[in-house]
Amino acid sequence: MCNVCGCAHGETKIDGVTPHDHDHSHMHDHDNGHDHVHVDGEAHDHHYGHGPAHAHAPGLSQTRMVEIERNILSKNDAYAAKNRAYLEQNGILTLNFVSSPGSGKTTLLARTITDLQGGVAINVIEGDQQTANDAERIRATGAKAIQVNTGKGCHLDGHMVGHALESLAPTAGSMLFIENVGNLVCPAGFDLGENLKVAILSVTEGEDKPLKYPDMFHAAGLMLLNKIDLLPHLNFDVDLCIENARRVNPNIQVLQVSATSGEGLDDWYAWLKTEAAALQS
Amino acid sequence: MHELSICEGIVQIIEDQAVEQNFTSVEKVRLEIGKLSGVELEALRFGFDVVTKNTIAENAELEIIELNGMAWCMPCEKSVSVSQLFDACPDCGGYQLQVTSGNEMRIKDLEVN
Repeated sequence: MCNVCGCAHGETKIDGVTPHDHDHSHMHDHDNGHDHVHVDGEAHDHHYGHGPAHAHAPGLSQTRMVEIERNILSKNDAYAAKNRAYLEQNGILTLNFVSSPGSGKTTLLARTITDLQGGVAINVIEGDQQTANDAERIRATGAKAIQVNTGKGCHLDGHMVGHALESLAPTAGSMLFIENVGNLVCPAGFDLGENLKVAILSVTEGEDKPLKYPDMFHAAGLMLLNKIDLLPHLNFDVDLCIENARRVNPNIQVLQVSATSGEGLDDWYAWLKTEAAALQS
Repeated sequence: MHELSICEGIVQIIEDQAVEQNFTSVEKVRLEIGKLSGVELEALRFGFDVVTKNTIAENAELEIIELNGMAWCMPCEKSVSVSQLFDACPDCGGYQLQVTSGNEMRIKDLEVN
């Protein structure tokens, strides 16, 4: 039995293994008033009392109002809060990398881990619908990586990350990179317990992406503009792209990098060190 | 966005509440959804019908109350209404806006038996 929660569902797999299975019991509803057909053939409804505001026929089953006032994602938020408490307690800088497929997330993470080797330990949670390819690419750098396959799911959630943390057991003072499923829409709404969302946008994508997918750029604290080594071959307006990002999020920080040529990576590493230091103090 | 996951969240909350508050069927579910929450209402309605099948909320009526987006304009130093995250301030035309409401995704109440 896991410590994270009491249930597993769907097709989530962590390193190819379903975290745990058990049956769910569902309650079934019972109709109170029911339709039936009279001898004369005329069908009509029987209502045993009407709605909550104008209830009559006391003693018979009544509908009642139940105030809930609960956030729909409160279950996810509770898992995320648990992850965050654990990560904070252990001084682990946690970044949730979000982008479209093909923006160069895995390449950037692998390069970062390689370049920072010998310094702070970096652990990685890789989210993809299928395959363990990305975790294998990260493990090739020597870092610890866990692959989470979401099956048909389009995003990681707090629950999956909680299980991945159990397997990963990151050491205190390390960094945790979570590479979310390549998708600029859904991961915006699901808190995983991270310190910050980092949106990666490659210059081959178009400078209006922050406007097309505003939720993600609104949720992110940092935008990494990747593949800038390709700029001479493209008609990509860097200033316009940054302006668009700031339209949806005036506070977003922006760094321009190339995971292939290495341009701008020193700024990125300096940013990481500053963030990690701020966490320790 | 992830309307199906949102519907699964709704059903989970309802099932937890059914045990806590002792009801066996749900007639109506009222949600409050902010206009800046990124939720597509038609997809949500569709997902709700699919996800509630064979649950306590099967056949429940779904009522959605839409909440307006509000933001604080820093240069104008006042609250303004916005309908998209990339909207400009309707007064000064600037983008120095901090969203203050409109991200809500809440179950407000249920009508139950």
